[in-house]
Amino acid sequence: MKKEVNYSNEFLKGLWDINPVFKQVLGMCPVLAVTVSAINGLAMGLATTFVLVFSSLIVSLIRKIVPNQVRIATFIVIISTFVTIVDLVMKAKFPELSKALGPFIPLIVVNCLILGRMEAFASKNSVIRSLLDSTGNGIGFMLALIVLGSIRELLGNRTIFGFQVLPELYTPMLVMILPAGAFLTLGLLMGLSNWYVKKKEQEEIELIFSGYRSATTLNTQTELN
Amino acid sequence: MKQVIKIIAVLTSIGIISGGVLASVSNWANPFIEKNKKEATEKAIFLVQPEAKYYERFDFSDMEVYKVYDYDKELVGYVVVNQGNGFQGPIRVIFGLSKDLQRITAIDVLEQVETPGLGTLITEDDFKNQFKNLLIVPMIEWVKGKPPSKDNEIKAITGATISSKATVQIINDGINKLKKRLNDE
Repeated sequence: MKKEVNYSNEFLKGLWDINPVFKQVLGMCPVLAVTVSAINGLAMGLATTFVLVFSSLIVSLIRKIVPNQVRIATFIVIISTFVTIVDLVMKAKFPELSKALGPFIPLIVVNCLILGRMEAFASKNSVIRSLLDSTGNGIGFMLALIVLGSIRELLGNRTIFGFQVLPELYTPMLVMILPAGAFLTLGLLMGLSNWYVKKKEQEEIELIFSGYRSATTLNTQTELN
Repeated sequence: MKQVIKIIAVLTSIGIISGGVLASVSNWANPFIEKNKKEATEKAIFLVQPEAKYYERFDFSDMEVYKVYDYDKELVGYVVVNQGNGFQGPIRVIFGLSKDLQRITAIDVLEQVETPGLGTLITEDDFKNQFKNLLIVPMIEWVKGKPPSKDNEIKAITGATISSKATVQIINDGINKLKKRLNDE
């Protein structure tokens, strides 16, 4: 019973507690560069998740035979193999998407999020745990990219996933599609998430304190009596 | 010593396995990639030469050039793919020329990495349609801030003069190379 709870946590932590974009702040290059539209964010997120999950699987399978000195080299070979597979498949089956994402698919090889997960998790944990961890992290990364892409597409082009959302009256803010818009959106979202976390912490502290206070007042009252 | 052998064995086998996997994936994907490329070129050729029905690669050293023919296999003109530097990176333009090399039939931008919202306007119809039936002798000129007055002029996009200028230069350059080659023959 206890083990099952741990497993689900292994998956869920990637979505929020250690979200690759907002908490680990890893893989910022594709995050900032490709999120001009929601569909680009989704495609990039899917590609990264695929690479992450399969590399994790292989790395955790062979973690006991890889000598420590060459582990990074092995990780990179494994990661780049899957990245090349994604790149070729996209070029063959989704030429439009592959054109839109341009050089950022091959650049997944050097996405530090993936190497980070290999080094920090997959090379030290069982296959099931690694799979859960990488799926969670991948989906967390993808969600962050979709949110970022949607906000930038909405404010810069009035649309989300190509569907017009805002009326013609609204003048698109060009800056949102330019690189500056990526930094602005990411900064504001990160600030928002930190503010939320701080507030939650404060509330917890308050709760503990109030419990303590009521206990002490009760104590003093009994003493007085 | 034992450790060294282990390192070599592990790295080698991983290299071999991933090489094998990639080779088979690449074998599977290559025909599709070729087909996509061919379809894209074909679409672009017929877009810039609407009267064309057949095309043939014209042997050219540093540019892609196609001769295009109509139903009766009569030569209707040329299609040239040329590239040059834009504002932030290379721009690749495909354009059609009439048989007498006097006018452009149409153009399309195949690849560009210009500023979104400004330089990317060169891919919009408003800009590209200016080139339809444009006179190209002696060469294409561009004007800024006022409507074009001559038959061989186009209006540069406000805020994206460099991208507009680059597109014109790429086309002029392609025309000159083709003219030189045809004169030599």
